[in-house]
Amino acid sequence: MAVKTYQAGVKDYRSSYWTPDYIPLDTDLLACFKIVVQEGVSREEIAAAVAAESSTGTWTTVWADLLTDLDYYKGRAYRIEPVPGDNTAFYAFVAYPIDLFEEGSIVNVLTSLVGNVFGFKALRSLRLEDIRFPIAYVKTCGGPPNGIQMERDRMNKYGRAFLGCTIKPKLGLSAKNYGMSVYECLRGGLDFTKDDENINSQPFMRWHHRFEFVTEAVLKAQAETGERKGHFLNVTAPTPEEMYKRAEFAKELGAPIIMHDFLTGGFCANTGLANWCRDNGMLLHIHRAMHAVLDRNPYHGIHFRVLAKCLRLSGGDHLHSGTVVGKLEGDRAATLGWIDTMRESFIPENRERGLFFDQDWGSMPGVMPVASGGIHVWHMPALVNIFGDDACFQFGGGTIGHPWGNAAGATANRVALEACTDARNQGRQVEREGKEVLTEAAQHSPELKIAMETWKEIKFEFDTVDKLDVSR
Amino acid sequence: MDEIRPYKATERKGETFSYLPPLTPEKIRKHIAYMIAQGWNPAIEHTEPEKAFMHYWYLWKLPFFGEQSVEKVMAEIEACHRANSGHIVRLTGFDNYTQSRGIVFIVHQAGR
Repeated sequence: MAVKTYQAGVKDYRSSYWTPDYIPLDTDLLACFKIVVQEGVSREEIAAAVAAESSTGTWTTVWADLLTDLDYYKGRAYRIEPVPGDNTAFYAFVAYPIDLFEEGSIVNVLTSLVGNVFGFKALRSLRLEDIRFPIAYVKTCGGPPNGIQMERDRMNKYGRAFLGCTIKPKLGLSAKNYGMSVYECLRGGLDFTKDDENINSQPFMRWHHRFEFVTEAVLKAQAETGERKGHFLNVTAPTPEEMYKRAEFAKELGAPIIMHDFLTGGFCANTGLANWCRDNGMLLHIHRAMHAVLDRNPYHGIHFRVLAKCLRLSGGDHLHSGTVVGKLEGDRAATLGWIDTMRESFIPENRERGLFFDQDWGSMPGVMPVASGGIHVWHMPALVNIFGDDACFQFGGGTIGHPWGNAAGATANRVALEACTDARNQGRQVEREGKEVLTEAAQHSPELKIAMETWKEIKFEFDTVDKLDVSR
Repeated sequence: MDEIRPYKATERKGETFSYLPPLTPEKIRKHIAYMIAQGWNPAIEHTEPEKAFMHYWYLWKLPFFGEQSVEKVMAEIEACHRANSGHIVRLTGFDNYTQSRGIVFIVHQAGR
């Protein structure tokens, strides 16, 4: 090893952290950042600064650097690339040695990668576009407590997507009225109903009252239809102790699935709850409140594909993924990229879908994408075509807003889903022939017919804010 | 807007495709062809209606591993139905990649 001596003062970051000849190791954690710099700073220098500030470095040399082998521990900026169609920004690729991170700790990974560096003055903006988690690190994480296949086996649903509904109004119902709404949805043909994310345990409906009434609703609908049903009981709570108390009660009632908000609750709580679910045979539905704060700005923050990877490692059986077609943001190609990332075991780099790295998940189970937000029966052909069967489509307003009520709304959605799935299997182009498929199905279903009349004018055709970077 | 129609008393259903009209033999043939095209192995199961909620039904013979003929599968469905006319009969596509079932749907209701 070369002899090193201590010289106090400020060195260029690039002298230590810009290593264009470096070939990343299979065990390195790789990250791609999109960077806009302040004027007068070179791209190599700022890429190196990002690598330094998100790993071992600080703004000045310190004598204690010489007590360790920093060349072993440092992050390295190893490549920069222009952003297609945008000369204000560039991509910087950074490789981090695996030993910088505690095993199985998404908390620790994020604390480094999206920590102080995001406030760095020399940057105008910074966005974490993608992470490649090495398989060696993946193996240290628990991942989804059950996964898509176990969920299908438990819930006895095969060959079609799952159907859900978020109970509305979001806030203000009493526990008993809320249970009634759940029962009507489930008896009409839905597989799941869901607590809205902001339903926790407010004065109008305490959590244990809700859990009791909802369980009666689920069991009755299940007995009457002969089909397996569930309700996502939201156990998101002010403290971990309270969260586990609610989870234990759900288990005591025999509930098949609970839910958690992974960003507002935090990765520490989420990973712990996922472990609890794995130990207790409980499915875990994950909501993503706060994600748009982090992921919507194309120049600053964390891309959703990164949040989705982090959730898969932290643990969750469902995750909201956007719908492409509904009321919420979501570019089609980018959405296909991250739903692959959630479900598949190996996803190759594919810039056309915004995937900057190969990602190998090994045997880690997949996460079921949940498409929710402003969708109704007319969207069903597109949803079946985009998502295939391994997804959960959630129609909140699209069920409860049905002119004849929840049960009829549920039936309309179930008939539409089954008609589209049937048509696809029969060899029809379901998205192109969607109107004919639904119209034929509606001949046997007055519930679907009236739903189609009610929502035929509703579209959400605003342009996407966060587009993939391509030359235009 | 039309008048609100009351929703009927809850009916017993049978999971995938049970909200559509009963599948015609022609449709069942296409579903079998789809199943085979996915690389799944067709299998037939049947049960008394009162036990239909349980996961496990009676397996008819064995799954038809590697079967490529839609007509042979159709003939087995009919044979199972004739031998168990009071039973519900369902068709499964076993997916050995996911170690699960790619699709399951009812092909005969009890007594029909």
